[in-house]
Amino acid sequence: MNKQEFLAQLRCGLSGLPQDDIEERVIFYGEMIDDRMEEGVSEAEAVSAIGNVSDVISQILAETPLTRLVKEKIKPRRVPRPWEILLIILGFPVWFPLLIAAFAVVLAIYIVVWSVIVSLWAAEASLWAGVLCGIVSAAVFAVRRNGLTAVLMLSIVLCCAGLSVFLFFGCKAATKGILRLTKKAGLWVKSLFVGKEAA
Amino acid sequence: MDIQLKRGLLDVCVLASIKSKDSYGYQIIKDLKPYIELSESTLYTILKRLETANMLTVRTAEHDGRLRKYYHITGAGLKRLEDFKGEWGEIMSIYRFVIREEDENE
Repeated sequence: MNKQEFLAQLRCGLSGLPQDDIEERVIFYGEMIDDRMEEGVSEAEAVSAIGNVSDVISQILAETPLTRLVKEKIKPRRVPRPWEILLIILGFPVWFPLLIAAFAVVLAIYIVVWSVIVSLWAAEASLWAGVLCGIVSAAVFAVRRNGLTAVLMLSIVLCCAGLSVFLFFGCKAATKGILRLTKKAGLWVKSLFVGKEAA
Repeated sequence: MDIQLKRGLLDVCVLASIKSKDSYGYQIIKDLKPYIELSESTLYTILKRLETANMLTVRTAEHDGRLRKYYHITGAGLKRLEDFKGEWGEIMSIYRFVIREEDENE
């Protein structure tokens, strides 16, 4: 990929950002490529040293606050006509509850997903509680010379301990996965606000 | 290095790299490379943040038939570096505390 192609793709990918910001970033990356080429590196090598253009765009989006993207998206490109203002005001009883409902749905999904994680950890904690209680009751049965029940209790303890080890890794992986997914979802929401004009 | 710790240090590193003389984007990345890894987009964000905080100013000058942006540290930027020296004493005392805890455990 040459410099012009890289900068063109960058410009396309960032098209939801404020125009000044895009221009400034394009100049910045152009300068970085030029400076590398000045050291005797070929154009293609200088461009590849910057990294994959989609990774660069993702990183820029990750660093740009969502509020800024939304503000740029909803900024009117021209003065709204009187009938448009009237329509927005008259439509308020319809679009406002819908907007609130959409937010509520997103929030509910988020809470549900995290409650699954919380319940998994709660199951893990209850297994450990089972282990502790099992040890105590096995000791009590052993003291009372009820050997068979004590052995039964110890076997339950071992089962609980074994399961808890498995569940621990499951819980850890699920938590990590959800965290990664949350981050990706954030990036996806941001991507809704950029790059559309170029598409 | 821990990402939170790195984030806090990057601003100071960028300011330090333009302390003695004005510098430009690629030169800053090269100067910091032996100490801390810094991507172009991160550098851009830091430079913007420092410019908004009036810790540096930007000027465009001609270089080899093209334009290049040079970054110049301001009084506020120099003060930030001085403040960091003071903070560093605190960080070092925390570091010594952590090391002492580890030594005691060994």
